[in-house]
Formats: sequence, structure tokens, C-alpha cells
Amino acid sequence: MTDLTTPTTEPHPTLRMPTTLALGWRRTRIELRQFFRDKESAFFTFALPMFLMIIFGSVFNTEIAPGVTFSQYFVAGMIASGVVYTGFQNLAITIPQERDDGTLKRLQGTPMPKASYFIGKIGLVVVAYVAQVILLGIIGVVFFKLELPTEASKWLTFAWVSILGLLCCTLLGLAFSSVPKSGRGAPAIVSPVVLVLQFTSGVFFVYSQLPTWMQHLASLFPLKWLVQGMQSVFLPESFASQTTGTDSWQLGQVALVLSVWTIGGLVVALLTFRWQSRGR
Amino acid sequence: MADDKAIVVSGVTKSYGDVVALRGVNLEIVYGQCVALLGPNGAGKTVTTEILEGYRKRDGGDVVVLGTDPNHGDRRWKSRLGIVLQDARDLADLTVRESVKHFSSYYPDGRSSDDVISAVGLVEKADAKAGQLSGGQRRRLDVALGIVGRPDVLFLDEPTTGFDPEARRQFWELIDALKGEGTTILLTTHYLDEAEHLADRVAVINRGRVLAMESPEALGNRQKSQAVVQWQEDGAQKSPSTATPTAFVGELAQRLGPEIPELAILRPTLEDVYLRLIADDGGDPGSADITGVGSHD
Repeated sequence: MTDLTTPTTEPHPTLRMPTTLALGWRRTRIELRQFFRDKESAFFTFALPMFLMIIFGSVFNTEIAPGVTFSQYFVAGMIASGVVYTGFQNLAITIPQERDDGTLKRLQGTPMPKASYFIGKIGLVVVAYVAQVILLGIIGVVFFKLELPTEASKWLTFAWVSILGLLCCTLLGLAFSSVPKSGRGAPAIVSPVVLVLQFTSGVFFVYSQLPTWMQHLASLFPLKWLVQGMQSVFLPESFASQTTGTDSWQLGQVALVLSVWTIGGLVVALLTFRWQSRGR
Repeated sequence: MADDKAIVVSGVTKSYGDVVALRGVNLEIVYGQCVALLGPNGAGKTVTTEILEGYRKRDGGDVVVLGTDPNHGDRRWKSRLGIVLQDARDLADLTVRESVKHFSSYYPDGRSSDDVISAVGLVEKADAKAGQLSGGQRRRLDVALGIVGRPDVLFLDEPTTGFDPEARRQFWELIDALKGEGTTILLTTHYLDEAEHLADRVAVINRGRVLAMESPEALGNRQKSQAVVQWQEDGAQKSPSTATPTAFVGELAQRLGPEIPELAILRPTLEDVYLRLIADDGGDPGSADITGVGSHD
């Protein structure tokens, strides 16, 4: 045995550690690979919204206001739901599973920075969302006469509502990931939360037809405002009164509520996020 | 602190509620040594290991691993550790090669995935998904991910569970090679032959304390204790013990002729010594979780 390793308490001084950003990019790629190979998560986040859209859009293809069919209305709601599926539901289900199966513990024992892990999750959420929007958009345009906006201002609205919404839902997903006690039970806890919000926020039903108390309840949560933001992009100006009761889409309020939830999500995620199961 | 120690553990305590898991663990490991931690389930092996790895916080005592307190280990410190945990079920949807390649990228000087995969004997399974591997193959993937970063200190928590005898031999060769490169190794195992083969020293741990720490040969005065001489005479097996087996056999040979029928000289095995140490400590070596801390302890 020659001098292969000189015992020393000094770390390899000449070798550079990989950067947080480079590893974040690698995490993104490995997250995507795992996501698209895992049939369960791919189903919950991708296939389910598309099935829902095709079924609801075909069954309720009636006009709900001059020039607006329910299917068009539903596309806007499902794109808003896509933000919640890919951000909130996806993370709130997969992170408890990763905590259970040893993923997080293994990562914690490596020199990968925690920030790289979160960059990977954000990368996954963004790519999954973009893919979902494109699919939903194609279905909407091809089958349900969805008219894509032509004004740049609408696309700008689409961009900021998407980004703020994804940020908000990703942080809420991280925060909520501490709620399920086990990975196995996570879907049963998380999915109903999303489903109830969809019913009350005007995704499955026309918002103006919901009871007032339900509208008030839904206004406390982000999905209602996400839906409103997406409606402002994909539905005509004249429809605004149906959702907001006024002539405007109240985008200022959309931004405000989503921002408040984003900050709340950030604070709770920072306080409660756990890498390991309880009791260490 | 002496500079030749990769790991120094002194007086470490840890409790979970009313349950005391560690009551003052002391352990010193010199650079390049392989130490096996032996003990019944619940003795505190995994708790000790996970405190050294930085996973758990100790209640009291001092720990230094590679010159650093694991409570304050940074990325560079972690890049010098290799950790093989018990019962991981992650990475099921990735192939062996994808996982090894990915984890190699975390380290400043990661090994090539081909080298690591062939070192653990998974070449034929390199493109199989981890979810489709057998228990022993899955374990070899865990070992691969533990050594991919060229660790200075390698922690192996029951690494050969589920290995067939050939795979275990192969694993032993791998560990010998890593020792040859100067890697310091802390191994917990239930296989005493494994400890005997791999370890420079074994530490017997029971009820949260280290009972003895010696070379496998010297543990419990194994080589100095009485030997049992066994042979056949007049159709019966004789097996008296003696402190001087060589002289005893000499006399026997004069009496019974040059070939003594079925002669054997028996020393206490590592297992005998281990079982005695645990029994003397008031523990039942086969007992279940004494501390009640974690079923995978």
C-alpha cells in the first residue's frame, strides 16, 4: 500500500464543491425523470385534469353567458387548478412519501445543499405546470372553442398569475407536507383539500351560482383568486361581473391575496419543514 | 485531541423521553481502521452511528468526526463521509446507473459510476430500476451510493443484510480494498464472522454502553482463556479444558500414539465471547428492543 491517503483533518483543499445552482439543475432533471416514471404522480397531476376537462367540458357544453360556454369557463378553472395540482398537491403528497422511503434522509447525509433540493422541486413544478397548460390549452382550443388571447397585456397577466400562483402553491405544498403522518396516507389527506376548494372556488360550478356563504368561504383561499386571474385571461371582459360582481377582474386583489398566502406559506414552511419523520 | 483519531466519542448520552438510549458511550477510531459495532437490537448501535453522521443530536458528551462536531458539519465535511443507512426504499424509479451517476455529482471528486457499479458487482443490473432489484442487490446499490464520493470515513449500518454467501465475500473484498486506500470504517453488523473478517477492532455495545473494545482476536481474553481439547478414546468423546493445550496434546500423543483420533483444539469463538459479554451485562442477546427506540435500531 503506497501513500494513497494521508490522514489529515484538513479537507481536500484543492477540490471545488459543486455549486448550489449546478446541483439544483441536476436535482431538477432527476426529479422530472422520477416524476414522469412514477405512474401515480403522473396520473394525479396530468391525466386526471385532462380526463376531468374532457368529461366536464363535453357534458356541460352550454352557454352560461353571452359568448361564453361552460367548457371555456372550465378551461380557465382547470388551468388555475393546474397551478394547485403541480405546486400544492404534487409536493404535499410526494414529500411525505420521500420522508417515509428514505429519500430525504439519504439526501441529508450528502453534501448536496438543501437549497438545491428546493430548486429541483421548483424546477419540477414549473416544467410540470407548463406541460399541463400546453395540454389543457390544446384540448381547450381543439375541442371546446377556447379562444387564446391576442393582447400582450393578457399574456402578461397570465405570466404573473402563473408565477405568483406557482410560488404560492409550492410554498404551501412544502408547508402542508408536514401534515400527513405517513406517505401512504398523504393522498387521502391532500386530495380532498384540493377537491373541496375546486368545488367552492368556481372550478366545477359557475361561481356566481354558488351560495353566498360558499363564495365568502372560497374568497379566503388562493384558488378562487387564481381562477379569477385565469378567467381574466381566457374569458371576455364582459364576463367579469359574473365572478366579481363588478366591471373589473379585480386583479389587484388577486395579487394581494396570493401574496399574503405566499408569505404565510413561506413562514410556515420555514418553521415546520422536516427532513425526517418525527421522534428523532 | 490526538491527531491520529478519525472519530472520538466521549461520554455521549441520549434519551427519548424516559427511555435512555445511550448512557455514556466512549469510542475512538484511528484513521484507516475498521471498527465493527456489535450488539443486540436496541443496544444503541444505530443511535450512536446516526449521532456520528449528524442525523441525531446527542444530549451530552463530546463527538468529533474528522476534526468536526457532527452537529456543525458543513458541506465540505459531509463530502468526506459515506453513509449506508438501514432499510432505504427510495430511488425505485431510477436505474442503478442513473442513481450512482447522480449522487456522484454531489461530491467534489466523485468516482466514475462504472467503477463503483463494478466494485459492488452490479454491472449486470446497471440498467435495471432499483425497484426491480432483489434485497441483496438493492443493498449493494446502497453501498455504491455510500462509496461514490470517495469518503474518508465510511459508515455501514448492517450493510450485508440479504446478501448470499458469495455476495458477502465479494463485499468483504470491496471493504478490504477501501481499507487499503486508507478509508476509516465504522460498521454495525449482526454477523460475527463479518466482524471477525473485516474489523481491526470490535466494540461490543449493550444497553447504551460500550462493554469492550478490542481486536477480534483479543476480545474478552479470547486467546488467553482456556482451550478445549477434544478427541475420541474408547468409543467416547473426551473434551477437558486446559491452559496449556500444546503440552496436553504432547502427552496425549505419547499415550495414544502419533495419530490421536478426531483431535481438535477449540478456542472460544468470537460468538462465544460476544454472548458471554452480553449475558454478563445482564442482557439477553436475543432479546427485543430493550430501549424501545426505533424498530430499525
